[in-house]
Parts: sequence; structure tokens; C-alpha cells
Amino acid sequence: MFDAIKVRIKQGKQYISDVKRAEINPKFRGFPKLDDKTCTRCDNCAGVCPSGAVTVNTLKIDMGKCTFCGDCQRACPNQSIQFTNFHKLSADRREALIVNENTDPNQYTVDAVQSRHEIKRLFGRSLKLRSVSAGGCNGCELELNACSNVNFDMTRFGIEIVASPRHADGIVITGPVSENMAYALEDTLLAVPSPRIIIAMGTCAISGGVFQNSPALNRKFFDKYKIDLYVPGCPVHPLTFVNGILRFLGR
Amino acid sequence: MSWAVTGNNQTIELASIPVKTPAELCTEFIEQCRRGARPVAFFGHKLSSGVRLFVILANDPRSELMASSATFAEGEKSYPSITGEIPAFHLFEREFYEETGIRPEGHPWLKPVRFSHNRADRSAKMADYPFFKVEGESVHEVGVGPVHAGVIEPGHFRFMCSGEKVHHLEIHLGYQHRGIEPAMADGSIWKKSKLVESIAGDSAIANSLAYSSLLESTAGIEVSARATAIRTLALELERVALHMSSMSGLCGDVGDLTGSTFFGATRTYVINSLLDICGSRFGYSLIRPGGVNFNIDAELSAKLLKTLEMVRERVFLIGERTFNMPGVLSRFQHTGIVDGKTAEQINMVGITARASGLKRDIRADHPFGFYRLYPAYKLTLDSGDVFARAYMRYLESKRSLGYMIDLLSGLPPGGQLLAERGSLKPDSMTVSMVEGPRGELVHVMITGANGEAVRYKFKDPSFNNWFGLALAVRGEGVSDFPICNKSFDLSYCGYDL
Repeated sequence: MFDAIKVRIKQGKQYISDVKRAEINPKFRGFPKLDDKTCTRCDNCAGVCPSGAVTVNTLKIDMGKCTFCGDCQRACPNQSIQFTNFHKLSADRREALIVNENTDPNQYTVDAVQSRHEIKRLFGRSLKLRSVSAGGCNGCELELNACSNVNFDMTRFGIEIVASPRHADGIVITGPVSENMAYALEDTLLAVPSPRIIIAMGTCAISGGVFQNSPALNRKFFDKYKIDLYVPGCPVHPLTFVNGILRFLGR
Repeated sequence: MSWAVTGNNQTIELASIPVKTPAELCTEFIEQCRRGARPVAFFGHKLSSGVRLFVILANDPRSELMASSATFAEGEKSYPSITGEIPAFHLFEREFYEETGIRPEGHPWLKPVRFSHNRADRSAKMADYPFFKVEGESVHEVGVGPVHAGVIEPGHFRFMCSGEKVHHLEIHLGYQHRGIEPAMADGSIWKKSKLVESIAGDSAIANSLAYSSLLESTAGIEVSARATAIRTLALELERVALHMSSMSGLCGDVGDLTGSTFFGATRTYVINSLLDICGSRFGYSLIRPGGVNFNIDAELSAKLLKTLEMVRERVFLIGERTFNMPGVLSRFQHTGIVDGKTAEQINMVGITARASGLKRDIRADHPFGFYRLYPAYKLTLDSGDVFARAYMRYLESKRSLGYMIDLLSGLPPGGQLLAERGSLKPDSMTVSMVEGPRGELVHVMITGANGEAVRYKFKDPSFNNWFGLALAVRGEGVSDFPICNKSFDLSYCGYDL
């Protein structure tokens, strides 16, 4: 009995009160700041990149392929690539994820996700999602779980992970979609009643990430269905996910 | 000599490994296993013609590994199975058959392991697999997955029940298969850090540590004491993080919401400590061959120390509360028992094996990293039930936190954090084992004539332990499955690779 009370007192306040303004530790690798003028096209960055996310003819990073490992930053002799802790990385178009030196992070957040009136009307006050892990490493899955824990608590915004696709307004895909999971992924989507949305969470889901050249994947799903929201990260930080959805819902 | 003797993180010449006929080799390892050795790796390596089977056995009390091999000529398609004599080989033989098509004659259950992309028989489809059937008047089946009700990785579980009681559980895996083993031998082996970290996010540090130690041993690279200490600290953080996550799930599954949220919030402190060190809550990018990418300076060290002391206080408090609650204990105790004899027979490893009384811990048996200087001690419990596995997580977390606090109080002074790469020894074999959060991870690399990796083999602890879960739920109610499952807390992607 006394232990139970002590636990309650010790737990204290855990939730992040203002999710929109919260910042992550400066060491976190989020939005990359690029400097094309100091880049000498030495190609060291592209040489060490495990997923082919960097191109140097004009310095660009595709956040849909980037694993945010920071190897390019460490390999660059001129500090032309610097990962910042800016975490609002979501986009509603695949091409928006490719950033260059002119991309300003704050402007990026505004431009990359266009709040649509119909989305706000349909899901603005309540969005129920079903998670489909398809070849994921359990990193994004654990972070998606963390979105509902006492720290990030996205349920307060009416965003919830539900147990059945029949109860859901859309699905969240994590992982590069293995051959063995391709059928179950599509089947789950079809079990969600329309209108429905599709969210690709994490670099693997967006582009295949480090697995993009593996013959054991089957990514036909992405040719067939339109993705409504891309949330980059490896793994996606809960604040990136929650803020991405809030922006998508026009809130 | 029938066996080449080696050890954890030691490189031996390929030529020193004996080559036997399959029949001779089988007799050899039956004898060794009867004397107490156990298999840690068993895999085929395709040659220009035929297949060479490598077997590595561990002799835990002597901290030794023994390696031997046998060759199968082109067209030699079977050998006598040893699973009947030594059940520990059952999954290794299934995996070997799936990948090479060489049949262990007399194996009781040759089910494909993961329907891997490079399987020998591409016509075997996951959806066509015939499950076990139990027949009778009150018998029914419950099928769950691959898409589950929570945010979990995919796997299919099929329960054959009589009323509420589970007669048999068949676990069907392979949905997470991404073909990592062939990808390791494709292109420069030095560039695979990120791929290795992506095998299983919750064991990223353990896997990258095994991979890096393996390359360092093969290339003769010395890692500084400070880098070694930082790696060991990260590995213990990863361990506590997974234990907290499992405990949170277990409490949630028995309706103890306070325990669930408290353990969950405690985990956040632990993984945020990893974020403080290297910018990733899962320790991605921290460990690279040659050392570590990030230092822990005096300021960070003081901050981590403070956090870990607070976490230890939290763990004490919630542990003492949870394991004194009758509501929790009545669900945990005597549920999902795997006795020590069974655990040994099926070759369970890691924390779940220790909860069944098996004294197996790579940190103590085949020490690596900082454990060589500052040893870790084994903890075991005997009852083998959900309670034992949960309580082990509590005990190990406390022990790990103590270890980390000691380590941080005396971090070895600065030195080189990341050593230069060398060249890999050609025609060699190296074995690297790490005690990850779930148990032993085994990485084996074989190099070719130019020092390139020609075969890279993984064994995740979950590979050993999934079958333990299937045995644990026998005779239990279907509704006890979630806590049995969570008490094992195994990796799907680590098994499926």
C-alpha cells in the first residue's frame, strides 16, 4: 500500500506539456544543414553513405533514404554537412524530402505538409491508426509505441493505435516491406474502411533504406497505393511522428 | 585432431580447421555434446562445387570454442540427422536444410525456418505451409498474426486447443526476412555497420559490438580502454532498456497500469541516456570497427551518473512494489514453466535460460570487452516460470545499473577513440560472441584469399529461444499466452534476419 503511494509520488509529471515546442537534445541528428559553397565534391560523403542518400554535384540529401547515421558529416573535410536537432521532418510528397542548402527548416515544415481541408474535416478530432510492421528492425515499432506512452501521450490529441484495421482510419507502415510480408500488408490496408490514409514511417518504409537493394523485399505496394504522409527517421523520434500527424491534420 | 580450438574474438586459419566426412563429424559432435559442449554455430558455406559444413561448439567452463567441418560433394544430398540424439541441433539442421537442400535423414520435423529468399527450394511458399493438425471433438484452433493487435513485429502463432487449454503451439516465422546474410558478403565488409545495426533495433549495440570486435580481431586492431568502456556501458544501457520495456509490457498484460507506465517512463530515462551519448535513443552510430564515434566527457559522465542513480532508485521502488503484489504474483507464478532439463535439451540461452537455472552468460563464460577487466557475475533462478523470467529482469537491471555506475565512476582516461582500419587476414575464420539483452549473439566470418568476407553468419539468441516459448505454453490457458510471450520477449527480425 505505502509502496504504491511512493511509486505514484516518485513518478511525478512525465508528460511533455507542449509537444509542438519541445526540443530534442542537441546531439540528436535531424534536419541536415548543407553548405554547397564549401563543398569540394570530394565524394567522401557519398562513399560512406550506407543508403545512397547524398549526392554532391549540387549537395543534396534525400531524407527519405537518409538513415541519419552522421557518417557523411564525419567524413566531410569541410563541415559542409551538419545534422541539426530540428525534428519536424514529415512531408506529404516524396520529392519534398530531398533537401539542399537553400532549404530552411522552418519553411520546410510549413511547405512539406499541406493541410487539406477534407483531412481536417474527417480526421481532425480523432484519428485511429493500425500499425503494420513489415520487415522493420523494431526500432520504429518501439518508437511508435513510445508515442502513446506517458511521455509523448499522443492519445491526448485523439490519435490512437487500434487493435483492428476495421476500427482504423488508416495504417502506419514500418519496415522496408519484405517479400514474406507483402500480402499481409495489402490485406490489412484493404480491411480498413474508406476513406483511409497511409503513413510511411521511417526510412525503411519510405525508400527501403539500407535494404533497398535486397532481393528479399517486395515494394510493389508503393507503386499501387498513394502514401499520404512520409515520416523520415532511423528510427523516427516520437516527437517527429506526433508533430507530423498534427501538421497533417491541420492542428 | 578432430577439432580446432579457438576462443571468443580469436582468428584462426581456415586451413587449421579439420575437414571430415559428414558421418565422422556427426559421431564427433554427439560425443562432444554428451561431454557437455553445446552448439553455437552450424552452417553451410557454398564452395565452387559442393558445400562445406562448419560446426562450432562452446565449452563454457573452459571458455573455449571448438571448430570443425565436413564437406559434401556436389550431388551429395543427405546425411544422418543428429537431432534425435542431441535435440539442441534441431533448428540448426532445419536451417542448413533450408539453405543448402542437404537433408538430415531422420530429422523429426523439417519445417522451413524462415522461408528465406535464398532457400534451396523456392517452390516452398509461406502461405502453403501445412500446420500441425490436432483432431478430436472439443479441439479447435486459434490463429493469430502476422499482423497483431499491438505495435509488434509480425509472426504467426497457431494454437491447438481443447477448450481453453493449449495442447500445442506452432510458431510460424520468416515475415521479417530481409536477406541480411547474403548482403554482408556483398561489397566491402567495413561498410556494413548500419546494416548490422538494422538487424534488430533493440539489440543494435550488441550486434554492432559483435561485428566490430570480429573485424578488429581479423585485422589485428587494438581498441583503447576508454572506447572499450564506453561500448560496455552502452551494452548495459541497452540491456536495462529492454528489461524495462519487457516489464512494462508484462505489467500491462496483467492489468497493472501503474507498473506498466512506471517501467515505461523509467525506460525513457535509460534510452535518453543513449541519446545523450550518441544522438540516437537506440545507440545507432555509436560503435564502429576500431572503437566508438562519441566520447563521454566529464560533464556528460556526471549527468549520466546522476540519471543512472535516479533510475536505480526507481527500479528498486517499482520492483519491490510489483513483486509484492498478490494480483501480479498470482498470474506470474507457476505459469509457462520451462524446466532446466528441457531448457538444456533445446539449447536455450540468455536471460530466459538463466531463469530456468542454466548457468549461461557469455559475459562470464567467454568474456569480451570490459568484462575481461571487471567481470560480470551470473545470476540464475530455478523455477523457469513467468515469475522467474520477470524477476530475473528486475535482478539483472539492478546488477547492470550497479555495474554502469561503477564503470562511470572510474572511466579509463582518454586515448584514441577510433583506431585506424587494417587489412583482414585472408583465409581465416573468426567467431565473435556478445551477451546481448536477450542472450548470446554469435557472428562468424570466413574470409577469402584476398581478405574479403565470403561468408558471414549470424545467430541471434531468439533463434534458440522461440521453441522454448512453444513449450512453455503447453497445458496453459490461451489467455496466459500474452504474459508467456512477453516474459520471453523475443526478437522476430533477429530470428528472420
